[in-house]
Amino acid sequence: MRAHLTIKDHFRETKLFNVRAITSVVVSIALIVVIVARLVYLQIVDHELYATLSEDNRFHIRAIPPTRGLIYDRNGILLAHNFPTYALEITPERVKNMDETLQDLSQLITIDESDLSRFKRELKRNRPFKAIPIRTRLSDEEVARIAVNRHRFPGVDIAAELIRHYPHGGLGVHAIGYVGRINEKEKQLIDESDYDGTDYIGKTGIEKYYEDILHGHVGVAQEETNATGRRLRVIEQVPSEPGYNLRLTLDAKLQQVAEEAMGDHRGAVVAIDPNNGNILTLASTPVYDPNLFVTGIDRKTYQELRNSEDLPLFNRALRGRYPPGSTIKPFMALAGLELGVVESDVPTHCPGWYRLQGDKHRYRDWKKQGHGAVDLDTAIVQSCDVYFYDLAHTLGIDRMAHFLFPFGFNYKTGADIFGELAGLMPTSQWKRKTRGQPWYAGETLIAGIGQGYTLITPLQMAHSTGVLASYGKRMQPRIVGALENANSGEIKPIFPIEESPVPIHDKENWHKVLTAMERVVHYWRGTAYRAIGKDAPYKIGGKTGTAQVFSVKQDEEYDEEKVDERLRDHALFIAFAPVDAPKIAVAVIVENGGHGGSTAAPIARKVMDYYLLDLEKMDFSQQNAQKTAEKTAKNPS
Amino acid sequence: MSIFDSSLGDFSQASRTQPNAWHVDLPLMLGLLILAVTSMFVLYSSSGQNIDLMWRQAIRFALAFVLMVTLAQIHPDILKRWVLWVYVAGVILLIAVILFGDVGKGAQRWLNLGLFRFQPSEMMKLAVPMMVAWYLSEHSLPPDGKRIFIAVLIILTPVMLIAKQPDLGTALLIAGAGFFVLFFAGIRWRLIVSIVGLGAACAPVAWYLMHDYQRQRVLTLLNPESDPLGAGYHIIQSKIAIGSGGLFGKGWLNGSQSQLNFLPERSTDFIFAAFAEEFGLLGVLILLTVYLFIVVRGIMVAAQAQDTFTRLVAGGLIMTFFTYVFVNIGMVIGLLPVVGVPLPLISYGGTSIVTITASFGILMAIHTNRKLLPR
Repeated sequence: MRAHLTIKDHFRETKLFNVRAITSVVVSIALIVVIVARLVYLQIVDHELYATLSEDNRFHIRAIPPTRGLIYDRNGILLAHNFPTYALEITPERVKNMDETLQDLSQLITIDESDLSRFKRELKRNRPFKAIPIRTRLSDEEVARIAVNRHRFPGVDIAAELIRHYPHGGLGVHAIGYVGRINEKEKQLIDESDYDGTDYIGKTGIEKYYEDILHGHVGVAQEETNATGRRLRVIEQVPSEPGYNLRLTLDAKLQQVAEEAMGDHRGAVVAIDPNNGNILTLASTPVYDPNLFVTGIDRKTYQELRNSEDLPLFNRALRGRYPPGSTIKPFMALAGLELGVVESDVPTHCPGWYRLQGDKHRYRDWKKQGHGAVDLDTAIVQSCDVYFYDLAHTLGIDRMAHFLFPFGFNYKTGADIFGELAGLMPTSQWKRKTRGQPWYAGETLIAGIGQGYTLITPLQMAHSTGVLASYGKRMQPRIVGALENANSGEIKPIFPIEESPVPIHDKENWHKVLTAMERVVHYWRGTAYRAIGKDAPYKIGGKTGTAQVFSVKQDEEYDEEKVDERLRDHALFIAFAPVDAPKIAVAVIVENGGHGGSTAAPIARKVMDYYLLDLEKMDFSQQNAQKTAEKTAKNPS
Repeated sequence: MSIFDSSLGDFSQASRTQPNAWHVDLPLMLGLLILAVTSMFVLYSSSGQNIDLMWRQAIRFALAFVLMVTLAQIHPDILKRWVLWVYVAGVILLIAVILFGDVGKGAQRWLNLGLFRFQPSEMMKLAVPMMVAWYLSEHSLPPDGKRIFIAVLIILTPVMLIAKQPDLGTALLIAGAGFFVLFFAGIRWRLIVSIVGLGAACAPVAWYLMHDYQRQRVLTLLNPESDPLGAGYHIIQSKIAIGSGGLFGKGWLNGSQSQLNFLPERSTDFIFAAFAEEFGLLGVLILLTVYLFIVVRGIMVAAQAQDTFTRLVAGGLIMTFFTYVFVNIGMVIGLLPVVGVPLPLISYGGTSIVTITASFGILMAIHTNRKLLPR
């Protein structure tokens, strides 16, 4: 012991400790008395009650899974529903010899390896007396065979189960998404008891984003069962609450028009109503059949989808990040005007190239011989690069970026679909942070024509176009317009969210840019005139774009035809119509489609034609929608 | 001398005259052996006569008792010299768990050391009270405000790290272990009351910080019927098992709740319910008496310890042991929320047995290494 401890008052310390020791013994005894009191209450006072309960622990609690909400398009066309199938379930505790039972069952119906392994996996972590499915989607014949032999299999039951089905297959799959079996990771995130009896969960798209709303709430039934587990009667039950039905802003027919217009091209079409942010179409091609994923896709099909060169599983509309190319020019022009860097009637000379001071590099225009004297209008109509090199150089990257941010560049739109990615609008600070390098003036130039680091997603581009077309009014894109109570049919609309508008310096500037966009389509020298402008029955504002494909895979095999096609530029087109009072804003991207004007613009035109001409003529009153819904409900397939 | 000492006079005389070459304290050993044997019987029944499982548990008990006797040979002065380093190593390992730990059941608790997985929080159950005891014993008691503050820091550092894993149950138990040492060190009642008061005041904050599943457990405790499929299922079935046991129990191997698999986790955390069903209130009273006997004996060891460090360690460890007993039984009978605390030396599983026998090894070392001199 050390010297300073000798001055301790040992007697006092010991005494203090002893008092505490006695206290702790007394408290311990008191707590044990509490336990004993509780036990006396349970084991003596309430013994009768619990003895009875234990005697009848034949009573059995069963989950009643809720019915998943349906998904309708804006006109009541059914896009996702549930249809009844039969599953074979086993309650392990009621089975005497599991191996034998499985053996016998497999002689009646087909039970393959994957069924067995899944069953065994579930068996290990099952709660007592909970039935585990061994086979799903039994055929009528299989159901009959089991029913006849049922007495041979105590603990084996046929259970009706609702399985998600997408009646239109791949139509709009990248917007709607699909459900699939709940995996381990998802189990961590959900309230497991609410998913008792439910095997499926939204995996992507709307199905995932609105999982909570679509799922509903589980119900409970207390049942009396006999010794082998057959239900005798329901003692008490709390019914399940079905999930809400979703009414989308998406128009299924317009979606179909868009997807058909894309043909065999890879790419994306997004159409938004700029007045309220309603997403009318969200197409990414090629599509795939979501029904394959619901009960578990087989390995071979999955590998095929995954490894396909066309990447059908890739959601281009939400996650495809492309250089905007010349479609950025109207926004740039507006930046120049609003920030007072250019005047609309002061022309710039375009010799076909642009050079920075003290730099030998020539930044080329797409038109080799140059455009000559170019004012703002011509620069947009003919898509002159040199004009925008100069404009970007004067603006500088940071002012440019900060002007474009409110239009949605660099950010997610926040639309209510799972999986959206943000685009990218570089700033000098961004480059320093992510690359550790300073910003170079040359990079500003190519950013001015939408190349370089700048990336957009089709959804964001449609949104940005809408904001531009409606003079800075910013409506957050959204795809679910209303929730419908599945029991009462009561409809709760979801109101569109208006964000603070883009500040306007001079409305005239906006008007000039929008007029120039109109002339891109309707003026004979406009880049989209020949493709769609000549015969357009209503006024369209648009801008073509071409994005260089600079990422060519090194290890790609040499195949002349294919490589050539894949190396072609992406074609882009943004548009809105009618110019005076826009009802639709569209962004189209066709991968390797070549020029925006010839490939992408006609697709946008078809979408707008259908929406503005054909659709207007149709009668989509509430009644009609109801009728369609009922009809589809009656014939699910 | 206090009343307490004089009342224990006979006992202490007896053990003092005992030459103890093995450094084993017979009363404690007796109590622990009764528990181990009881455990084997209950497990045999609750596991559905699973001989394999019993063998595994028997081997664990054997190894754990060997560990206990081994620890009993170590002189407390050596422990005192090592405790700081064990504590520091433990904190480093806890940080390592957060950085590189394996995730098991949604929480990072394990450190994978290649050959085996290791749970540093388990080690801290011993290291934290010993560290606090070491720190406080260097100076005279009761500790002043500054020392209490540092002692609280010593406790809260690992507790926060463990709570972050997240393993709130273990974190609270370790905080409790540290608190007991402070309690035995003689901090003022007023301070104790204010700590408890502060804890109660923090409850709404804790509620806000809790994970969903933790909130669910608290809600379920208040009203188990609200969630009969999920968390409430355990408590409902456990109450049925206990209540149906009655005064005399249904008899060994006859508990229908446990035999028919209604009772979940009946060999691990909920084994008390299986015990109460088969042996009834009388059996439970005997079991509780054994636990109380061990606790009282442990407190006696603490009271007879010859220096401040060993006294505080012994007091802290034995009260921690009692806390485990109370928290587990309290949870099974529906007085406390469901936290994953096994019933000491009865529940199936190795980790908790090792920690508990290790702490009894230390208690025995403290008791049998006293200098045989009158105080």
